[in-house]
Amino acid sequence: MTTTFKIDSDDSAKKAANVVRKAQSKDIRKRWLLSLPALAIIFFAAAGPLLIVVIYSFLEPGDYTGVIWIFTTENWFNVVMERDIFDDNLVWADAHLSIFWRSIKLSLVTTVMTAIFGIPTAYFIATRSPKSRNIWLFLITIPFWTNLLVRTFAIQELIRNKGVINKFLQWVGLTNEPIEMLFTDFAVGFGMTYVYLPLMVLPVYASIEKLDFRLVEGAYDLYASRWQCFKKIIVPLVRPGLIAGSILVFIPCLGAYVTPRILGGGHQLMFGNLIALQFGQGKNWPLGAALSLTLMILVMIALIYFVKVTSSDEKKNV
Amino acid sequence: MTNNDEAIEITNVLKVYKGDTDVYALNDVSLMIKKNEFFTLLGPSGCGKTTLLRLIAGFEHPTSGTILLNKEDISLLPPNKRPVNTVFQSYALFPHMTVGGNIAFGLEMLGWSKSEVTTAVDEMLELVKMQDLKNRRPAEISGGQQQRVALARALAPKPQVLLLDEPLSALDLKLRKQMQIELKRLQSETGITFVFVTHDQEEALTMSDRIAVMNEGKILQYGNPKEIYHHPENKFVANFIGDSNFLSANIENENAILSDGTILKFKKHHDNKVSGKKTILIRPEHVHMEKGKDTKSSFSGKIVNIVYFGTDTHFHLELGSGETFTVRKQNTPTEKNEFEIGWTVNLMVEQNAIQILND
Repeated sequence: MTTTFKIDSDDSAKKAANVVRKAQSKDIRKRWLLSLPALAIIFFAAAGPLLIVVIYSFLEPGDYTGVIWIFTTENWFNVVMERDIFDDNLVWADAHLSIFWRSIKLSLVTTVMTAIFGIPTAYFIATRSPKSRNIWLFLITIPFWTNLLVRTFAIQELIRNKGVINKFLQWVGLTNEPIEMLFTDFAVGFGMTYVYLPLMVLPVYASIEKLDFRLVEGAYDLYASRWQCFKKIIVPLVRPGLIAGSILVFIPCLGAYVTPRILGGGHQLMFGNLIALQFGQGKNWPLGAALSLTLMILVMIALIYFVKVTSSDEKKNV
Repeated sequence: MTNNDEAIEITNVLKVYKGDTDVYALNDVSLMIKKNEFFTLLGPSGCGKTTLLRLIAGFEHPTSGTILLNKEDISLLPPNKRPVNTVFQSYALFPHMTVGGNIAFGLEMLGWSKSEVTTAVDEMLELVKMQDLKNRRPAEISGGQQQRVALARALAPKPQVLLLDEPLSALDLKLRKQMQIELKRLQSETGITFVFVTHDQEEALTMSDRIAVMNEGKILQYGNPKEIYHHPENKFVANFIGDSNFLSANIENENAILSDGTILKFKKHHDNKVSGKKTILIRPEHVHMEKGKDTKSSFSGKIVNIVYFGTDTHFHLELGSGETFTVRKQNTPTEKNEFEIGWTVNLMVEQNAIQILND
């Protein structure tokens, strides 16, 4: 016995479509309700505070702390310019600009130094036996589990005038006077290189580990010298790791606070210190807010640049 | 055959991996590969064939012994200084370069001019019939195409020797058979000496001018396919290539006497005097079956199993001596079963078909 089904009329087809639509909107509503807690957290913990910062940057600073609710764009000017106290003209804010420049410079130097130390380290670890590899990785990341303050103070102890290095050099007789290392740009760079080294080593290690060394053999077989092999095979295939490592080092460096504070001693201000100053002695919250947003914009530019570079890499590497 | 015929001379090569126990990957291996030859190293996994290939390529050095290429000692030269190229089992195509870039790589490393490189690359693409794919990446082409790119890449610098490490093992059966014919054609067209590594005995038989059968780091026998197939020197070689029937026999002059008394006359292949208890080999397709028991015939057996294979039928027999024996008979279009299970049949064997093994 066979049964035949027939769509009677347009009507029942419309009814069916209605049911589907209602079910779909119910589904959508349910999904929104379920994501509500996460959305609330994002709003109150991230988007909300960010909104406050943006608003503050357009207000006037209060006499001691806080803000006065008067709209002004003066703060944004003050990020890069200042009024000459004598003739009231707008001139470049040298103090600020030199701090921006130092931050970018030190971040770039740190990125390069972590690369110089990190790449051979990553290569070394990647070419160990699989068993000992984990131990090496563990050793590299242990400092990461130590408190940043403690680590930075340890560096301070190492490089200060009566610290380990200077005492050793004098004991061995290589120097008579202590070498000034602490509270210089060098100290900050040195400290940041130390702190951010694992962030370069790990992505580069991941890239090298994925590298099929049979490709290197193939290149040798095809008459490449060691250097050509490195340049044409290893470097292009390890590049994604290098770029990831560079992002992970450069961007936090830009906004670093603790390390420049402790090793720069308040003389070598970086971006982070400048911002903190506005919320402390500077008593200029709106300026601090404007500076923070400027840093955020700089970071976004750097990120967009890196993403563009990696996506063109991905088109090649597949 | 003059001395100029030799391309590769491998003399007393040893390759030892030191460890808790020393592993002899190659145990006193000596070999002579001729120019323009399609030479195959055949053996099971772990026999040392890939190790030997890597020593010829230069990825590893022999623990002792020498490797000569056209009379020149290349034993310790690095791979980029040997006029030898390799087609890897995994192809090892550079993922960040196009097909054309891959093929051009060796030429660029050798310092050829841009125009020379372009001409050669196009030539190679035509040779392996991949002209349309010049600008694709290795990840965008099929396994069979990748294999041909790997081949073109290794042939482009016109090496004196081409090494192929099981290059067809990743391909499906039909493609593999196609490529076998392709490789054979390429070898005769280019005139380059090919050294081919495989564990597939059929592949070795169909493609090679000469085969070296290896096991446990030693070369057991080498010669042309016919010789290896019809006159294997020991049980391993006999067993590895083709199907075999092994029978125990006592050798006296030109007679092989089986344990049930059957006397088989054979023709000596070598002039060496052989006598005493030996194993003899008879290939399943060299035996002819006849119904009934006839005292004049060679020997007889009872059919215990029949297996149909399409092209031929295998008959499993039990001999008077108790040993098992397989006979292969090519099938005819007639449906009629000529033999049934349980029948006793006479087995006729030609004198040439009996091979005496050394072990």
